[in-house]
Amino acid sequence: MKFFGFAAGIAATLTLLSTTSAFAVTQISWWHAMTGANAEVVAKISKDFNASQSDYELIPVFKGTYPETLNAGIAAFRAGQAPDILQVFDVGTGVMMAAEGAIKPAADVLTSAGMTFDKSQYLPGIVGYYSKPDGTMLSFPYNSSSPILYYNKDIFQKAGLDVNNPPKTWNEVWEAAKKIKTSGAASCGYTSTWLTWIHLENFAAWNDVSWATQQNGLAGGDVELKINAPIFVNHFQALADLAKDGTFKYGGRTSEAKQIFLAGECGIFTESSGGLGDIVKSGMNYGIGQLPYDTDAKGAPQNTTPGGASLWVFGNKSDEEYKGVAAFFAYLSKTDVQEYLHQKSGYLPVTLAAYEATKKSGFYDKNPGRETPILQMTGKAPTDNSKGVRLPNLPQVRDIQNEELEKMLAGQQTAQQALDNAVTRGNAAIKEALEN
Amino acid sequence: MGDTWIARKISLSPRVVFPNKILPFLLVAPQLAITLVFFYWPAGQALYQSMLRQDPFGLRTKFVWFANFRKVLADPAYLNSIKVTVVFSLATAIVAMCVALLLAVMAEKAVRGKGLYRTLLIWPYAVAPAIAGMLWLFLFNPSIGSLAYLLRSLGIAWDPLLNGTHAMILLVSAAAWKQISYNFLFFVAGLQAVPKTLIEAAAMDGAGETKRFWTIVFPLLAPTTFFLLVVNTVYALFDTFGIVHAVTGGGPGKTTETLVYKVYNDGFVNLILGDSAAQSVILMAIVIALTAIQFRYVERKVHYG
Amino acid sequence: MIGQSPLRTFTAHAVLILGILIVAFPIYYTFVASTHTLQTILRPPLPLLPGGQLWNNYSEALFGGIGRIGGVSVGQLLLNTTIMALGVAVGKIFISILSAYAIVFFRFPLRMTFFWLIFITLMLPVEVRILPTYKVMVDLGMIDTYAGLIIPLIASATATLLFRQFFMTIPGELVEAARVDGAGPWRFFFDILLPLSRTNIAALFVILFIYGWTQYLWPLLVTNSNDMNTIVIALRKMVSFADADTEWHLVMVTAMLAIVPPILVVVLMQRWFVRGLVESEK
Repeated sequence: MKFFGFAAGIAATLTLLSTTSAFAVTQISWWHAMTGANAEVVAKISKDFNASQSDYELIPVFKGTYPETLNAGIAAFRAGQAPDILQVFDVGTGVMMAAEGAIKPAADVLTSAGMTFDKSQYLPGIVGYYSKPDGTMLSFPYNSSSPILYYNKDIFQKAGLDVNNPPKTWNEVWEAAKKIKTSGAASCGYTSTWLTWIHLENFAAWNDVSWATQQNGLAGGDVELKINAPIFVNHFQALADLAKDGTFKYGGRTSEAKQIFLAGECGIFTESSGGLGDIVKSGMNYGIGQLPYDTDAKGAPQNTTPGGASLWVFGNKSDEEYKGVAAFFAYLSKTDVQEYLHQKSGYLPVTLAAYEATKKSGFYDKNPGRETPILQMTGKAPTDNSKGVRLPNLPQVRDIQNEELEKMLAGQQTAQQALDNAVTRGNAAIKEALEN
Repeated sequence: MGDTWIARKISLSPRVVFPNKILPFLLVAPQLAITLVFFYWPAGQALYQSMLRQDPFGLRTKFVWFANFRKVLADPAYLNSIKVTVVFSLATAIVAMCVALLLAVMAEKAVRGKGLYRTLLIWPYAVAPAIAGMLWLFLFNPSIGSLAYLLRSLGIAWDPLLNGTHAMILLVSAAAWKQISYNFLFFVAGLQAVPKTLIEAAAMDGAGETKRFWTIVFPLLAPTTFFLLVVNTVYALFDTFGIVHAVTGGGPGKTTETLVYKVYNDGFVNLILGDSAAQSVILMAIVIALTAIQFRYVERKVHYG
Repeated sequence: MIGQSPLRTFTAHAVLILGILIVAFPIYYTFVASTHTLQTILRPPLPLLPGGQLWNNYSEALFGGIGRIGGVSVGQLLLNTTIMALGVAVGKIFISILSAYAIVFFRFPLRMTFFWLIFITLMLPVEVRILPTYKVMVDLGMIDTYAGLIIPLIASATATLLFRQFFMTIPGELVEAARVDGAGPWRFFFDILLPLSRTNIAALFVILFIYGWTQYLWPLLVTNSNDMNTIVIALRKMVSFADADTEWHLVMVTAMLAIVPPILVVVLMQRWFVRGLVESEK
């Protein structure tokens, strides 16, 4: 055991040293999952925040992919070493909400630091997604995006489609896709990233149909999935039929399909608004449209829901730390910071002021695609079907849905069977998760 | 890899030993301490966790005895993953060994450039699984991969994202690829140890090259082959997590979800800690059993090695 | 050697070259990708031959690019990875050779119990017991330390087993002779055992160095400070298949940096490595 004592001793000494040297400045740790250009944004925001005041030092730490970051946070919490701020992806929201003893609501962090939190200044669709049913904001939205439609103008031209008029409804998408394929303009008509997020969760919200009972789980309690309703079945059967001859091409469970679109293999593409950066960089002649809706739905188009991630604050920290977190959130809400975040990363602005400022600067005239998701999310006041979805085990339920949809696309089962199975298996998993 | 390299050795007993009483304890102390603290203590925790139902944050805990084990063993998804693991492990071991043996036999024949060939063939051994997975994805993923693009333009309906068989082929190729170098080195060594006189004698008897290989060389390689079979299977079972994670993520459906990947997925992604811990414990039992079997074999080598 | 027809020799070379093409292709292709512009990489298929961006990409990556994205300089990343890989290799060889020495050359109570306690840990991947192990690290205050990166990874029996097998082939006469000469256990260890184990140590060093170099999940979990990142983590940090723009040309350069050092170790230490493997195998 001698060996250990030694190592632990060194470590303890180091800890001691670091705490004494940090006496004057309170350190705020922020664990995040941002990669690539977004990691640079995190680094810049942290640096600027640290330079803007002298009481707190924000230390951003990369912790891997979204699930890896969530797990690192959970493991650290269990070991009594939780960071101050943890970035959690949208599907982890339910997990964090279920852990009431472990977290401190973002709204409380702000008010207890003596700041006023005026909800009306924030984009309602985004803040609503991260709030409790009673309206308390639980986490601070950091990066939000929403699905939109992209299309390749060169392919549209070749197929004889209207280059300036992207399809608005799903039926129009299917028709355009078939035309692209049959005209030989491209080997595939349509592809999409994130089937669960775009074609189930956002499909439900945008068409104002129920995804699950209890306001899609937002109201809590016994939640049952409703995704085998006829409107979903028809939608997916159409997709499955198009998949047979390659008019629709499946790219994978998350964002992999982007590469098919970038390679010019498919003419139409639905993907997060956050995916714009790569498409711009590839130099393709692209256009952007709103997410298509279903003409069978009465209320469509309603509004889309956000994806992305938000910042959660852990409980049992010192007042000083909470003050620092609050200061950081206040800094993040500043119009110029939000403007920078929005324009640089492609994520949506969180505050209305930042949106207005960006609009005034003429940014959207140059980058029309950047406004589309905001308009989609703010066009109408959300209904019970369109505030987002929440389950304690959404990652698992999405896995189940993906598995069944993959079997359907491989021709092993019909859309009805796939969605029925997804509902049965999903409901069982939800029930078990609620029992835990 | 490091963890699966087990040497076989002939042992000569009884030993002559040093008579010290205290020294040996001091010598084993560092390793024993590290093993106890970083292996047994966490393993004990995992065992305890496997009998709990708990939310991810550990705020609500219920002791359920063996309910998690019963649930896991009755779960069709778990049984499926056992099947996947067996298919994957055997396929990986066989492919990696066949390719390596072929290359080793050819390297024996090619008198010139042997060293160069060897140097060029041992590279992949040094590539991290996380990176290997990324490289394979970069080549063969239908969306991203250049070779997938090539296959498609040749009219081959290559689709590992929806076709479970294609996904398995991709996974086995990536896993076997990393193992070829290692097997190659062992086979080359094994071939060098085959007495040339035996082969020459057979040649004088008029045995053709193919016949010489199968009747003389291959049987003499049997110990190497068996050893590699065990090492490769264990590698495929436990050391391929990074590859599965990067290449298929267990999909499509659950067609490539191996046991180790399922432990990760249930515990790390789906946050069902009890189930995941129960699976870890089952895996540990499998590992211990395999190790014991292998050890028996290693020790028995004494008699005919 | 038996006479071979030229055709057979030709076939042998052809098969070997094909094998090398298959085996080395993914690495070659990474190199190719690292010499093209971002735009070329973003629009598959990628050409099979290197592009003209070798100098641009590498200088961009090395002088700021990787640091900008990873938050740490390339030098620091490579230093951390090297320390971790060396630490794992040296640490594991050190503790293993001692315990194997004790188990083979001494007789003491609980000897076999100790042996089995160590032996059972042979091949349980760290992924499977990662959460409880993490808790232990926190309790010992080993987060963000090199010791924390290294020590848990040397808790396995591989090397011990190898040394044990090797020591058991050393003839008892040697020990007896040493004792007759009045050599104690330490002199025997340093003057006889260590020189005899050279090739084994070299082979193990290569294997363990690579094992340490290629870790991903463990360093990710036990480091909070960016300054402790390894190159494999930095690489993963740069790659985003999701929302962010990925600077693939820089990613490919980083991949080359992560791959080349361990390849050099294997290739340069090839002779020792192969002999060590082979001798322990015979």
